[in-house]
Amino acid sequence: MKPQVNDFSIHVATVNGSGSQTANSTLLRALFQMGLPVAGKNLFPSNIAGLPTWFTIRVSEKGYIALDRRIDVLVAMNADTSVDDIARMGPGSLILVNEGVPMPSIPEDRVLHRIPFNKLVEPLVPDAKLRRLVVNMIYVGVLAWLLGIEETEIDRALQAQLGRKPKALDMNRQAVRVGTEYGRQHLGKARFQVERRNLTAGRILIEGNQAAALGAMFGGVTFVAWYPITPSSSLAESLQGFLDAHRRDPVTKKASFTIVQAEDEIAAIGMVLGASWAGARAMTSTSGPGLSLMTEFTGYGYYAEIPAVIWDIQRVGPSTGLPTRTSQGDLLSAAHLSHGDTKHVVLLPATVEDCYEMGIRAFDIAERLQTPVFVLSDLDLGMNIWMSEPFRYPEKPWDRGKVLTAEDLERLGKFDRYRDVDGDAIPYRTVPGTPHPLAAYFTRGSGHDEAARYTESGDVYRRVMDRLAMKYESARGLVPSPVVERVKGADVGLVAYGSTHPAMVEARDILAAEGIRTGYLLIKALPFTREVRSFLEEHRIVHVVEQNRDGQMAALMRMEFPDLAGRIRSILHYDGIPIDARTVVDGLRSTEREEVTVR
Amino acid sequence: MSGAQSTATAKNRIGLTLNDYKGSKSTLCPGCGHDAITGSIVQAAFESGLEPHQVAKLSGIGCSSKTPTYFLGRSHGFNSVHGRMPSIATGAYAANRGLRLIGVSGDGDSASIGLGQFCHLVRRNVPLLYIIENNGVYGLTKGQFSATADVGTKSKTGRVNDLMPIDLCAFAIELGCGFVARSFSGDPKQLRPILKAAFSHNGTAVVDVISPCVTFNNHEGSTRSYLNVKEHDAPLHDVGFIPHYEAIAEVDYEPGESREIELYDGSRITLTKLGRDYDPGDAVNALETLHRARQADKFVTGLLYFDPAKEPFGTEFLVVDEPLASLPLERVRPPKEVLEEIMRGLMTGGG
Repeated sequence: MKPQVNDFSIHVATVNGSGSQTANSTLLRALFQMGLPVAGKNLFPSNIAGLPTWFTIRVSEKGYIALDRRIDVLVAMNADTSVDDIARMGPGSLILVNEGVPMPSIPEDRVLHRIPFNKLVEPLVPDAKLRRLVVNMIYVGVLAWLLGIEETEIDRALQAQLGRKPKALDMNRQAVRVGTEYGRQHLGKARFQVERRNLTAGRILIEGNQAAALGAMFGGVTFVAWYPITPSSSLAESLQGFLDAHRRDPVTKKASFTIVQAEDEIAAIGMVLGASWAGARAMTSTSGPGLSLMTEFTGYGYYAEIPAVIWDIQRVGPSTGLPTRTSQGDLLSAAHLSHGDTKHVVLLPATVEDCYEMGIRAFDIAERLQTPVFVLSDLDLGMNIWMSEPFRYPEKPWDRGKVLTAEDLERLGKFDRYRDVDGDAIPYRTVPGTPHPLAAYFTRGSGHDEAARYTESGDVYRRVMDRLAMKYESARGLVPSPVVERVKGADVGLVAYGSTHPAMVEARDILAAEGIRTGYLLIKALPFTREVRSFLEEHRIVHVVEQNRDGQMAALMRMEFPDLAGRIRSILHYDGIPIDARTVVDGLRSTEREEVTVR
Repeated sequence: MSGAQSTATAKNRIGLTLNDYKGSKSTLCPGCGHDAITGSIVQAAFESGLEPHQVAKLSGIGCSSKTPTYFLGRSHGFNSVHGRMPSIATGAYAANRGLRLIGVSGDGDSASIGLGQFCHLVRRNVPLLYIIENNGVYGLTKGQFSATADVGTKSKTGRVNDLMPIDLCAFAIELGCGFVARSFSGDPKQLRPILKAAFSHNGTAVVDVISPCVTFNNHEGSTRSYLNVKEHDAPLHDVGFIPHYEAIAEVDYEPGESREIELYDGSRITLTKLGRDYDPGDAVNALETLHRARQADKFVTGLLYFDPAKEPFGTEFLVVDEPLASLPLERVRPPKEVLEEIMRGLMTGGG
């Protein structure tokens, strides 16, 4: 087997709650510090302690950061899953097994090392409970030896994480050393090797939910209400952390924000609408089940025209589904969330950078359009660690939309809350507390006329609904444009959105290497901008790749472009594990076998 | 200024007339108790000299929740969704603590679909006058029992309720509400000073007003008929109100005849003894009084419980004094250096 440099995946199988997070994070950071593009994915159960969990680290000199289902290096620590974990390993792979865990019989062409992890850690840590945590650092040391990860970088990564706890740092350092020493004495180098490159200097590692929280902070959020739900809780919690650190007066410690942990998601969105109506920049974050609970209020927000930003960190549904697995299953429900006719604006971040930028922009769009705006991230994007260019400081000031002050009202002498004055279907609003007799209006979900007066007139109702539909047209000019890659001679197009994007980048390279050229459209928002239609027109066949069962984006496209619906195919992935490039390539081959023209 | 002197042209302390506090014409059934409450709100707001632009009226769904249209037409209003007014109030208050919030709800809106939000609003002590227009039935959907219907009361169609009523005042006291009152729509003399005192309270003020439904709950056999409530109304005390901006009048009371309570803004509420002395500062006694009243088929009215000590919602968040709603960009977008510093912390890549 030939050596494989800077291109492989490590899979660590442990038990939830065993403290492997620091160990895995140390590996990931050390590789990143060596200038190597990495991606880390945590595949974890809905459990605090005791159930199996896996962490995958991918090293890719080419910069691919999607999941790679081909595992090259396995660390099998978990006795409950070791038989299956090991059986899945392919020819040429490297397997480290904790001595004593059950094993299947495996072919000769795998390299297998039985390592007495428990015996190695025993003399180091007298306390049995602590030992269970520190044992993970032993495999870090062994891997460092086997793969050629620089010890100084391992140490730097350890310091970054444990620098504030000198005792823990010291103990973990020793454990790494014991592992490395064991490797040096007993094991030969692996054929998987890392070599220092200069590919990550100046780049950051961050989770999508942290990025979203940063966006919200620099977007000027002033009110947040949320209810704990995996995988969105870390968004609100990091936001609380950032705001406490950077949005309090240095002297008085007074905050320019309020965060409320609500009693449920209905209350969370209610508080957001109340705050936004009263003039705050307000947001919430949730996941599928919470989104369902927000249905009535977001319909109200659409119809009564109240801004709101709602982050949905999607997980597998319906119902509780698989709460710790990823999915893009909420697209259709978010797009139409309400009773009655409703079309919502939906932003679709594909990267952590998008999470940050849309974290800012969602507010501007919501306030400009006076409507709830959904941002659909997912567990993979939100809770996993991604490499990114550093985020840019917003160049533009904020857009708070059409809000009239007392001075405006004095000058205008007239105010009708729901009148389309500018011809863009977006009316003007006032906020409570505006000191002018003309400022007040009555907000209601029932039929209302241009002056916000109650009416049950069918004509007036239709007029309001038609204006709201027109407002959705105005939204096309405000939402982020898709990324379009036109490829000369490619009559097959690929469409994706959200966290599917990294797999698409890699899949298109694989296809190109095989002579299959593809155009690419990365959709960033609903409503569709004009590029979406053009892309469909420019390609004979368009494959929409998404992480749900029903092809929800494809359905929206067929609905909006019935004349081009015949060109649309679906490649679907919905097992809760992040999509990988192979799935895209195989999916395209199987649906296109006869249609693809190989040039 | 007093209510008795006000006429259509009389002005209050901020130069507004009674008409300036009215809203559009009610579309409720003629004789509805809710309209009487609306009248008391208008009068109380006028007499208190509330600034209309500083008031926001909030409601849920139901007959009661329609009424904010009928008062304070120069204030912003928000007729929200069923049972969820408390969350709107919480958000609005967080955005602008200078707003004076008046919430109107009903027994269906608060005791059934909205019981959860009601409880959590009270727990948080969001400054809001929370009026429950309590008639024991669903009016807009034509006469179904609500969760506050008394055991044994008969519906218009002859059904008898055998479920225990939810007493929202008892709930509020249990959850630490600092201002809990019960009144009767047919007793504006008691209701008005209670409303004015509630305007002055810096926390949630729950005012449960028994308000007979003339269409679906005013028949014989109904415990909430106008006649039955009138007969079983058991006021705890006479309620008076002395606003903070009026010179303190020397009132002569016989010792032990009256209690005086100072409110957040310096206004005072006077409770003049009718029978047994009642101490509204004693939560256990208040709960016992409610319990015994139910056993005796009485509606005790008056200021049931008062505790000014509880901090209003958000005190622990230590928020800036100005409304969050009006903070300029430079106060809410940290400078570029902050982002750069955060980025540097995440920038562990090497070469």
